[in-house]
Amino acid sequence: MSSDGCSSPSGPRAAVGDRVVPGPGRAPAGTRQPLVRFDSVWKTYRTGAEPVHALRGVSVSVMPGEYISIIGPSGSGKSTFMHILGCLDTPTSGRYSLAGTDVSSMGEVELAEVRNRRIGFVFQQFHLLARLSAWRNVELPLIYAGVPRHERRVRAMAALEQVGLANRVEHRPNQLSGGQQQRVAVARALVTEPDLLLADEPTGNLDSRSSADVLAMLDELHRSGRTIVLITHEPDVAQAAERVKRFRDGRFIDDGGEGR
Amino acid sequence: MSWWETMRSGFDAILGHRLRSGLTVLGILIGIAAVILTVGLGEGATAQVNSAINSLGTNLLIVSPGSSSTGLVRGGFGTASTLTYANALALGNKRDCPDVAAVAPQVQTGGNLVAGTTNWSTQVIGSTPNWLQVRGRSMAIGSFFTASQVKTDANVVVLGSTTAQELGLFNPVGQTIEVGTVPFTVIGVLKSAGTSSSSTNQDDMAVVPVTTAQELLTGTPTVSNIYLEATSASTMGAAGTEVTDELLALHGITDPANQDFTITSQTSLVQTASSVNSALTFLLAGIAAISLLVGGIGVMNIMLVSVTERVREIGLRKALGATPAMVRRQFLVEASVLGLTGGIGGAALGLVAAVVVPHFVSNQIAISVPATLGSVAVAMVIGVVFGVYPASRAARLAPIEALRSE
Ligand SMILES: Nc1ncnc2c1ncn2[C@@H]1O[C@H](COP(=O)(O)OP(=O)(O)OP(=O)(O)O)[C@@H](O)[C@H]1O
Ligand SMILES: [Mg+2]
Repeated sequence: MSSDGCSSPSGPRAAVGDRVVPGPGRAPAGTRQPLVRFDSVWKTYRTGAEPVHALRGVSVSVMPGEYISIIGPSGSGKSTFMHILGCLDTPTSGRYSLAGTDVSSMGEVELAEVRNRRIGFVFQQFHLLARLSAWRNVELPLIYAGVPRHERRVRAMAALEQVGLANRVEHRPNQLSGGQQQRVAVARALVTEPDLLLADEPTGNLDSRSSADVLAMLDELHRSGRTIVLITHEPDVAQAAERVKRFRDGRFIDDGGEGR
Repeated sequence: MSWWETMRSGFDAILGHRLRSGLTVLGILIGIAAVILTVGLGEGATAQVNSAINSLGTNLLIVSPGSSSTGLVRGGFGTASTLTYANALALGNKRDCPDVAAVAPQVQTGGNLVAGTTNWSTQVIGSTPNWLQVRGRSMAIGSFFTASQVKTDANVVVLGSTTAQELGLFNPVGQTIEVGTVPFTVIGVLKSAGTSSSSTNQDDMAVVPVTTAQELLTGTPTVSNIYLEATSASTMGAAGTEVTDELLALHGITDPANQDFTITSQTSLVQTASSVNSALTFLLAGIAAISLLVGGIGVMNIMLVSVTERVREIGLRKALGATPAMVRRQFLVEASVLGLTGGIGGAALGLVAAVVVPHFVSNQIAISVPATLGSVAVAMVIGVVFGVYPASRAARLAPIEALRSE
């Protein structure tokens, strides 16, 4: 296994790897290959008597380096969208390609590899392992990527430094504030240098000050070239992104305007 | 994910729940210790019984004159003897009786022993140097008579310890005593046989060469019986058959129904003892195995609890890139570490108990290396076997379901 955390089934890595800082005046979409492409994706849950259509034909593209926020009411299917985006779940129908590779038909093992190499998650509930210290939490995805021990520690430390927690590496989650825990989670998401950073309500459990910290961190990551998709139901938070997309009843309702 | 990582995360998880893991390990530990102890007890008891039977002269076959099929009375048991010293020599022939290790004919008669002014009546036995081996006896002082002393009808006598005492001989070797009215030189004293189940005192006797006994004391070429030692407990049956065939041939009897001798053995005693023993060992080992099984179910239970409790952790690990195989391996390693810890602890406890317990009870407990290693291996296997189901449940969990659960 390669240790850059970014090698992949296909090779359009160069399009992402050049880390061009996309600004408001970047080339119009379509001249470059999108990182994410959804073609009328449906997700239907058939748990109850009535099938629940959580996604109803979502079509969307995300270009490399974009910072998008998705806003919508509760139950509109934002999380479902993000789970499919993050390869945690597969569409009921439709096509999803990530960096040019169709992932909607991949098996569990391949999906695990895509999650490990290409995607970083930040969750509302942090999802840190309570038994492990901060840097051991950050190290986790590198273990599954097969990165050697020594390199893992170095990279975990660097990631924690990047989120401003260099002095908290040996702390356990319960010895950290909520904001600090979320920063550990961000460090864990970026330690593999993923193509795509997904944040589902990352500020949902934080006070306004910690929220601002986390959003500032995402902003900085964006400026350094990361592609970020941020899900929220707070308009303030959504404004942090360069593009805001509205979500309702399982699909995007407009093409969103520019944020900020 | 390397094995080392998997092991470490297994140990982490176990140490994270010390009490729970400890109790689970205890279940396996008790089971393993019980297995080691019961196997040890069984083997110890077998060894004890075997040594008791050996002291009576195990692997011993006794040929007596007369037919058993018509009762011991026919022809006067032991009086109209058909067994001779020549028969005994023939039975010692390795070609005809390969499973016979040693043969000792026995001429048995009563006799009056005189040492100086002291008189003592006792049994006088005429035999060959093999007698010591066959009867499982040894010398306290002096030596037993030799084959050449048998050949030359030497007037030498070996005394039982009680006999020597009764005759007032405290330094008997080299002294002359009279047996009947014939002078014999005392050449040795037998070591005491200790307690004996036999009604006759095994320490009150005088042993002389068989030839001397026949010539000077009984005056007949017959012997009272022939003692044989089979090469091992398992060859006793074969030895009996060989001896029967040989004696039938020597006595010119074609119909085995007319057999004029009887062979008795302690085979049946050994068989009874070992069958009782193995039945008991089986029963105990069965109970121990059940307790191991219960321990294994404990491991499974704890692993299932652990999977349920850590659904979110599993979901997270999957979100971060763990494949189902990696998750399965993690839980399997955890279960086998529990099993192995219990196994090693149980082996240690069992071995300590095997050493300590015999100081308080009369039972011997044998320490069986294969049983010990085997049960540690079994404990590990139990961990794996009972860990498979919980581990594959963990591996099958869908990542979002797992992440969503509270
Ligand atoms: N596993 C499931 N089984 C059945 N229905 C589900 C499942 N997961 C989600 N749903 C349904 O799909 C719809 C979309 O849910 P989702 O979690 O995507 O909403 P959301 O936009 O993230 O809401 P919120 O802002 O409250 O987090 C809801 O109606 C929900 O009940
Ligand atoms: Mg949601």
